[in-house]
Amino acid sequence: MGILEVKGVNKRFGGLQALGDVNLSVSENSVHAIIGPNGAGKSTLLNCLVGKLIPDTGSVMFDGQSVLGQTPYQINQMGISRVFQTPEIFGDLSVMENMMIPCLAKRDGSFELNAWPSVNSQKDIIEHAEQVLEDMNMAEKRDMHASSLSRGDKRRLEIGMCLAQEPRLLLLDEPTAGMARADTNNTIDLLKEIKDQRDITIAIIEHDMHVVFSLAERITVLAQGTPLVEDTPDNIKGHPKVREAYLGEAQV
Amino acid sequence: MEALILQILNGLDKGSAYALIALGLTLIFGTLGVVNFAHGALFMIGAFCAVTLQRILSISRETIDETRTDFLGNPLKVDIPYVYDWFGADAGQMIINWSVPLAILFSIPIMMLVGVIMERGLIKHFYKRPHADQILVTFGLAIVLQEIIKAIYGANPIPTPAPAALDGSFDFGVLIGMENIIYPYWRLIYFAFAMITIAAVFAFLQFTTFGMVVRAGMADRETVGLLGINIDRRFTIMFAIAACVAGLAGVMYTPINSPNYHMGMDFLVLSFVVVVVGGMGSLPGAVLAGFLLGILESFASMAQVIAIIPGINQVIIYLVAIIVLLTRPRGLMGRKGVMEE
Amino acid sequence: MLGLNNKDLRLFIIVICLTVFAPFILNPFPETSELAQFNAGYPDLMQRFIIFGIFAIGFNILFGLTGYLSFGHAAFLGVGSYAAIWMMKLLTLNVIPAILMSIVFAGLFAVVVGYISLRRSGIYFSILTLAFAQMSYALAYSVLTPITGGETGLQIKATDTPLLSNLAEGEIGRANLFGLDMRSSFELELGNWLFTFNAGYYIAVVFMLIAFYLSIRLFRSPFGMMLRAVKSNQQRMNYTGLNSKPYTLAAFVISGMYAGLAGGLMVAMDTQVGPERMFWTASGEVVLMSILGGAGTLIGPVLGAGMIKYMENIISKINDNILHKWFEFMPDGIEDFLVTIIHPFIGKGWHLTLGLLFMAVIIFLPGGLVELGQRIGRLFRRGGSKDTAAQSTPAE
Repeated sequence: MGILEVKGVNKRFGGLQALGDVNLSVSENSVHAIIGPNGAGKSTLLNCLVGKLIPDTGSVMFDGQSVLGQTPYQINQMGISRVFQTPEIFGDLSVMENMMIPCLAKRDGSFELNAWPSVNSQKDIIEHAEQVLEDMNMAEKRDMHASSLSRGDKRRLEIGMCLAQEPRLLLLDEPTAGMARADTNNTIDLLKEIKDQRDITIAIIEHDMHVVFSLAERITVLAQGTPLVEDTPDNIKGHPKVREAYLGEAQV
Repeated sequence: MEALILQILNGLDKGSAYALIALGLTLIFGTLGVVNFAHGALFMIGAFCAVTLQRILSISRETIDETRTDFLGNPLKVDIPYVYDWFGADAGQMIINWSVPLAILFSIPIMMLVGVIMERGLIKHFYKRPHADQILVTFGLAIVLQEIIKAIYGANPIPTPAPAALDGSFDFGVLIGMENIIYPYWRLIYFAFAMITIAAVFAFLQFTTFGMVVRAGMADRETVGLLGINIDRRFTIMFAIAACVAGLAGVMYTPINSPNYHMGMDFLVLSFVVVVVGGMGSLPGAVLAGFLLGILESFASMAQVIAIIPGINQVIIYLVAIIVLLTRPRGLMGRKGVMEE
Repeated sequence: MLGLNNKDLRLFIIVICLTVFAPFILNPFPETSELAQFNAGYPDLMQRFIIFGIFAIGFNILFGLTGYLSFGHAAFLGVGSYAAIWMMKLLTLNVIPAILMSIVFAGLFAVVVGYISLRRSGIYFSILTLAFAQMSYALAYSVLTPITGGETGLQIKATDTPLLSNLAEGEIGRANLFGLDMRSSFELELGNWLFTFNAGYYIAVVFMLIAFYLSIRLFRSPFGMMLRAVKSNQQRMNYTGLNSKPYTLAAFVISGMYAGLAGGLMVAMDTQVGPERMFWTASGEVVLMSILGGAGTLIGPVLGAGMIKYMENIISKINDNILHKWFEFMPDGIEDFLVTIIHPFIGKGWHLTLGLLFMAVIIFLPGGLVELGQRIGRLFRRGGSKDTAAQSTPAE
């Protein structure tokens, strides 16, 4: 039984069947990639996992609990963090403040009217945030405005913010989309490091085969809203069905 | 039944004004993406165009009329407007009399100019700024324009009558086989004028190439920009047209309500409500909501209604706005995701 | 000290000094001099500085931190005022219960309005708050006349006999603080200078200092940081396990309570209230104040409130005669010319000056007076160290 169990999920938008009978099992502490051509329903599936969309039928269980009908912040508090395609950070705040917010969310829950003590008196939060910044190699950028970071650093910060919450499942939505090769490689290294050093499950949606085959332990191929095949990277590479549906067009 | 029809008719003139202002607001918002809090001021400037023309036409020279004497027996001093000299007394009098309709022609170039100056001089610098900044700077501009008018024309309302020939009322009921629906001519004219203006704007957008580009721009600004079409100049023209529509609405409104310097703000607040109810960015929505709210307001002021729900006439528009916004966040005919951030 | 860092503490002490010594600071010109008309040190005006300062501080907690632009904040001021005057009519002429009630009622009203309005954001939120405020105004003006006194509003009358105050038959009650009349003043004459120390003013100052101190703490707290996160990126907030709704609602209610406090203090000072206090232009005024001073900064809204109230009272009093006196030294032609040019901007035209100033601030100085101060400060420091200018300055 995996940490994330998707069973029989269907989602229609008007006449379009975006997801048809999707079954997916992500086992704990693995890196699971979901690939597929454009319009295969990858993003729809992801949105169903984090509460942005609600599937028409089927179930999504995280660690034995259903996430259906929960709002994004509730699902996040259950232990699922999401990294967006374009980095979503608090651009008006400093890097350190960006990092402190998830730390506060981890400590205080989804809402806390904590208006009396000053931020600077929250030693545990500061320590925690500094630790994560250190891990992300961003300690020297702590006082910078987050919006003035480079694209790669924004991505790094966003992943760091997710990790600060110590999630059990990290969802990444095309984390290297639109990145230069060097930045992509940095991100791959960062994710490998995270995988090696922490007890964390990573589910990644990706276009870039280089990223997928560098990281994934299992791969699910989605085509036209339905999982085509699920296997290890080596088997996927040689799978005829996959070649036909997807890899035929791409260079591996 | 008569009472109901009368209320609908009464709602039409206010509804027309709302619809015209809301139409301009939506044009500006849809094309330029700017929330223009100074739009009410354009309505007011239009009204004062009518006042100004009336004053210009009435510019007089003083002469001594030998044939008439005042109560002391001295020859009477009279003011003869110059138009009397040019066109003869009768024709001259008629021109002054008809100053409000004439002001339509007079105001078009003025409003165009005001619109272009406003867009080029101020609004254009705010395309990329947050909506809150746009609201605030145009709010400031509205105050400035309103104060300038106040400085020139004073704080009191200035009566600006309709031409005498159109000043009366008539029994609308006779036309539809009912009794006692007395309705002023001018309000009917105002409604007809509003309909023509609205139709003209829609026809312009629908049937000209220019309008087509503008509509495409409203639907998807970026793509149109990418096509290499000079959208900037079109924006300026659209702003001028929107200013014109608001100005004309103001010109024609003067006989219904004597213009004063704060009329713009009074109408603006309601027009914004209208735009939001109609659906931000939807032209038909703005027109529909304008008439709908005008008529609703008129119904709510009926004695029978007030007897049941006192005060409803004061709050109906706001109440409707709140309900619509909560149940249909995009308004009656709005598109998805307009200005949600 | 006081749980503030050095910079905030310094700011707080400066504000304390300014408010406590305001009767001196605002009266720099001797009574006999021609410039005496620029003195603002009379109780009525000083009270307004303070009260609108509180109003603007509260507004800024909502707009400055979360970015939600409310166009209906005057409604809470009005509700606070009505609550306060009823306390004084019915219970006691002591201002403390009246002010507490004004905060409570404005807070409750803000819960209702905020809960509904905050279901939308952006301009929709602005229109919703505007609609609520206009409805409150219309209702106070008409239907609710038994409670609000309609157009004429409410005053303390000879017929009012508050439960806890011993008034003689037919005596018109006066607002007091445990017997200290709000209108009592102590006058100090020093040479040609006349300084007035008014009881009501200092009571308002105490409330304002508390309100200001609380707002500093709020700004520096984790809660304040969350509010800035709301403004910055709500999507990220929701995906970081934070529910942005209660944060915004809390900010809205706190800000409404500040407005209620301001409304209560107004009644405490002049024991009257009318519906025009809730009209949307009054809401617009507090927007102007916050932005003019510097939205999102601690001291900005207070400066903005002071500046607008000063202009309203002082510039509007300048007339052509005064101008002629000023330019007397010039040749007649130029004198008349200058007076004609300046004429539209003074006296009744002060709104024009305000509008232009406001536009200039939005266009050139989005950070308001505070940003102006920072820029000037930077100009002076330029010779010294260059790196200070490059550092991003967090909200002050």
